[in-house]
Amino acid sequence: MSEHVLELKHVTKTFPGVRALDNVHFSLRRGEIHALMGENGAGKSTLIKVITGVYQPDAGEILIDGEPAEIRTPLDSQRYGIAAIYQHVTCYPDLSVTENIFIGHEKINRLTRKIDWREMHGRAEDLLGQLDADFDPRTSMGSLSVAQQQIVEIAKALSANARIIIMDEPTAPLTNRESEDLYRITEALRDKGVSIIFISHRLEDMYRLASRVTVFRDSRYVGTWNLSDVSRDQIIVAMVGREITQFFPKRNAVIGEEVLRVEGLSRVGYFKDVSFSVRRGEILALTGLVGAGRTEVCEAIYGVTSADAGSVTLDGTELGISGPSGAIARGIGYLPEDRLKQGLVLDWEIFKNVTYPTLGRFTKFGWLNTKLESDAAKEHAERLEVKAQSVFDKASTLSGGNQQKIIVAKLLTADMRVIILDEPTKGVDVGAKTAIFNIMNDLAESGFGIIMVSSEMPEVLGMSDRVVVMKEGRVTAILETAKTTQEELLNAALLGAAGR
Amino acid sequence: MPERVISIERKWSWKRFFLQWEWLLVLIFIVVNIVNSSLSPYYLSLSTFLTAPMSFLDIAFLVLPMTFVIILGNIDISVGSTVALSAVVMAVSFNAGLPMPLAVLLCLAVATTCGLLNGVLMVAFKELSSVIITLATMIIYRGVAYVILQDQASGKFPKWYSTFGWGNVAGIPVIIIVFAICALIFGLVLHMTSFGRKIYGMGNNLIASRYSGIKTNSIVIIVFTVTGLMAGFTALFLSSRMGSTRPNVAQGYELTAIAMTVLGGVSTSGGKGRLIGPVLAVFIIGFLTYGLGLVNIPAQVLLIITGLLLVVSVLVLNVRFGSRHQRPVVARAQPAQKGERPDE
Amino acid sequence: MSDTKPAIADTKRVSRSTERFREVGLLAFIVVICVLVQIRNHNFLTLTNIQDLLANTAILGILAVGMMMVILTRGIDLSIGATIALSGMVSALTVKAIPTMPPIVSILEGMLVGLAVGAIIGVTVARFNVLPIIATLGFMNVFRGLTYLISGGAWVSSYQMSAGFQRIATGSIFGVGNLIIIAVVIYVGYAYFIRHTKTGRQIYAVGSNPEAADVSGLPRKRIVWLVYAVMGTLAGLAGVLWVAKFASAQSDTATGYELSVIAATVLGGVSISGGSGTVSGLILGTILLGILNNALPLINVSPFAQQFIQGVVILAAVLTNVLVKRNSQRIALRKRAI
Repeated sequence: MSEHVLELKHVTKTFPGVRALDNVHFSLRRGEIHALMGENGAGKSTLIKVITGVYQPDAGEILIDGEPAEIRTPLDSQRYGIAAIYQHVTCYPDLSVTENIFIGHEKINRLTRKIDWREMHGRAEDLLGQLDADFDPRTSMGSLSVAQQQIVEIAKALSANARIIIMDEPTAPLTNRESEDLYRITEALRDKGVSIIFISHRLEDMYRLASRVTVFRDSRYVGTWNLSDVSRDQIIVAMVGREITQFFPKRNAVIGEEVLRVEGLSRVGYFKDVSFSVRRGEILALTGLVGAGRTEVCEAIYGVTSADAGSVTLDGTELGISGPSGAIARGIGYLPEDRLKQGLVLDWEIFKNVTYPTLGRFTKFGWLNTKLESDAAKEHAERLEVKAQSVFDKASTLSGGNQQKIIVAKLLTADMRVIILDEPTKGVDVGAKTAIFNIMNDLAESGFGIIMVSSEMPEVLGMSDRVVVMKEGRVTAILETAKTTQEELLNAALLGAAGR
Repeated sequence: MPERVISIERKWSWKRFFLQWEWLLVLIFIVVNIVNSSLSPYYLSLSTFLTAPMSFLDIAFLVLPMTFVIILGNIDISVGSTVALSAVVMAVSFNAGLPMPLAVLLCLAVATTCGLLNGVLMVAFKELSSVIITLATMIIYRGVAYVILQDQASGKFPKWYSTFGWGNVAGIPVIIIVFAICALIFGLVLHMTSFGRKIYGMGNNLIASRYSGIKTNSIVIIVFTVTGLMAGFTALFLSSRMGSTRPNVAQGYELTAIAMTVLGGVSTSGGKGRLIGPVLAVFIIGFLTYGLGLVNIPAQVLLIITGLLLVVSVLVLNVRFGSRHQRPVVARAQPAQKGERPDE
Repeated sequence: MSDTKPAIADTKRVSRSTERFREVGLLAFIVVICVLVQIRNHNFLTLTNIQDLLANTAILGILAVGMMMVILTRGIDLSIGATIALSGMVSALTVKAIPTMPPIVSILEGMLVGLAVGAIIGVTVARFNVLPIIATLGFMNVFRGLTYLISGGAWVSSYQMSAGFQRIATGSIFGVGNLIIIAVVIYVGYAYFIRHTKTGRQIYAVGSNPEAADVSGLPRKRIVWLVYAVMGTLAGLAGVLWVAKFASAQSDTATGYELSVIAATVLGGVSISGGSGTVSGLILGTILLGILNNALPLINVSPFAQQFIQGVVILAAVLTNVLVKRNSQRIALRKRAI
């Protein structure tokens, strides 16, 4: 029997305009935990989708236990014993845990075609017990926490006799303690003989669990190593293709008066007592682990949601913001985290996206003037060095980085004082990242106050003047970037303020 | 000097110009008239083209705002009931002594309020789709009409009132003039103002629109309120033409209005379509029903045709544009997502 | 994991309790209304009236079963009134032409007509992705027009229907009316189907998360087609029962009845956004609406107010649902103890 339970050879997958996987290889040994690393857009999710049958490769082959396998649909993949667990659990919130586990392969009495509830609930309790979870499987899935839902997903994989489990950023939404539980469960699965592909941005996850690591970069396979044979730096070089010290462009901004002040901002269930301030010309980083509440705070400042208590003051005047339109009018701009859903109208041309927040400025005698719009769009897009042929190109044809630039262009059509950027380099290729950093520096030098939400410590340290660290909805530290270290930031993000 | 120059030239292609849906509609319009003239010998005359619209243009006033509603990604099936209610209120109040001009204003006021209520409900209860909200108000508005007038008719309007439905100015029927003006206004707003741009944007991506600072709540309320107002216009022209009104008037108007809008190339998934399409579709369906009526095809059969047209149009548009439907304005409450942490 | 236990027990309690609360509330409401109406009009709780009420509610109930399945999948069906008319007319015309037709064949005939109707709608919605509101709005008119065409605009009245045919609805077995028996049989079958069979549970899944259903390989399109086909068949059955009960078939039979059915379903706690609803709730909702329809004339509420009341009922039920959900979300947020 082959020592490799899963192999992909020469796999290529192309979409219109973009090659998502370029002649890649991957092999998973029986009973190992294998880490898959790579930046956003390196091809990891496409690989997973090919393995789970969501996409069919344009070229190459997949081998299971050494034999060629035809995986055309998710069902095929399940039949081969492959299961995937994602960071966002898709489930049926109105159905019980048991049903979510057994959907598609319910235990049915052969004679009466009746579902055997007793056996299913019993088996579900069994599975949950194996994972050290003891909540009632009759509960509706929708009322569980994220960590519990993940556990149900794992139980589901177990019930389908999965031999290959793929975990895609499973620790992202979890707390420290929940991550520990997940590590334990993962190791227990491996000990039972399940082969696991583990994808995570967190190097500590990888070092804790995996025995081998594969790196993808720019849709290509870079290499596979035993974790004991390779250093952290070498892995990072493999991922980014150059030396670790990411070049963060220097900035010459004059830091001026306080422009935005947040005091005691609270929203029940999301964050509490958040206070900080931003000055003109300053880049303030807002960091913490996923789930700390940073985006929620920004959305409350911007008016997308409303805070239950606290105040936001802009240039000395308190804001009673009733929505993003009010925020924009006062001079607060926001680059949302989900570029595609929140930031752009993908079906629209570039110029329509750019002028959307400030349509009033592009009218002549009340009528919208396309010439004015396209002139402005051209001006901003060129200044930001957007790679596009024409302002009439659809936003959907642009790469991630260029889409980001268009959203920034959007913000610049209004008179801004504060700009909030939520994970501005997420899903952006390396070249575009530098461009975005340069843009941020330009904005700071022009006198804007900038809030940058980021989970990447190097980025935070490289670009900001001060850092606000949040954990579980509260501010745990506000530090001068020049005087702090990655360890101190991580501490504040993980452990929080003293006494909690 | 920028490294890369971005063009502001728009490429023109004859092929793309003529492949538009609206040319197909022109073709269908011609076919309809050919069919009609073969059915009735005296059909093809100027007089036909001027007088026939008097019988079907009343519903056209609903099509104009319905275009906005559907581009927005919503639907409004309460329009027929709004017509009925406002007509009934007008007739009853007139016959109770209110001067006719005031009764007319009251009709418009009631209709506008019905639309406003729809809009407010949509904005206050974003979890609900426009289907269920306008379904409920459809029942309620007509229900009120029945409570007021039961199964009676009410009318006996003053002579001058019939000029809405029957009169003309310099040979052109009043209704055509009024409709033309309204269509022009709606067309200009949709295609040339920021308001229209926002409608398209919201229909395409409601969330991004909100993040871009568009006042989505206000726009929804305005669109539904204007729909109500236009239903008031329909009520005026309809009751003027008929000379009286009952609570069951305008039954099926929502079907025909939506059919006309969708036939006009406005996709139910939102964000697409142009006003000229539904306007053409008004005349297509209008002249078709008129022509078939001339050869005594009963109304119920005409409804079969309208119903089929509706379904087939949506089907064809789906195939052409894809059928990604907008969910209700706010997604159903999802289980904890995005790393939202539970209590511990 | 032990510290998550108290939180879970709480959330389970909250979601189960809202369901129980609603059903208890409905039951209480039914009792209260019965009492109030009886006080105003002593003819309410008489044997004849109760039998009439149950007979009418039976038809409503049969239709509500189909509508619940449709709404569970996030759909809606406005065409059932037209389907009732069409199948009723077809079976009435057949009986008029063949008086010796066995009643059971008439019933099957009606169900077949309904099935055909439902199948067409199902294909339009499931395969061609036409919005249910549009598909059923369009076809509603098509089928009603068809009814008009095949009847030539004429009625079929009681003297043209055989006694056997009419007894489908008026007859009884062991003193229990046929209609009630049919309804009970359907409900027993339905309760089993929706709770204990794979396909039944998949209907819930499709409504709860259609995207997940697609991805996990559930036969979503087939299930969506199925619910409309079943709804159509039940509407076809109801058509025969209706026409037999009222001993008359017209082209405007059951106009607007779909709204009553939707009201009963929504009142019974079936969520308009799909994925949740119980059979017990449905029964209560149907009975309550049946009582309202029966009782209102008895307390001198004009029949013309009926539509208005139905509309208010639907709106109130749907808005209440939303408010209750918002509240439980608020409670869950508060528990986060940030």
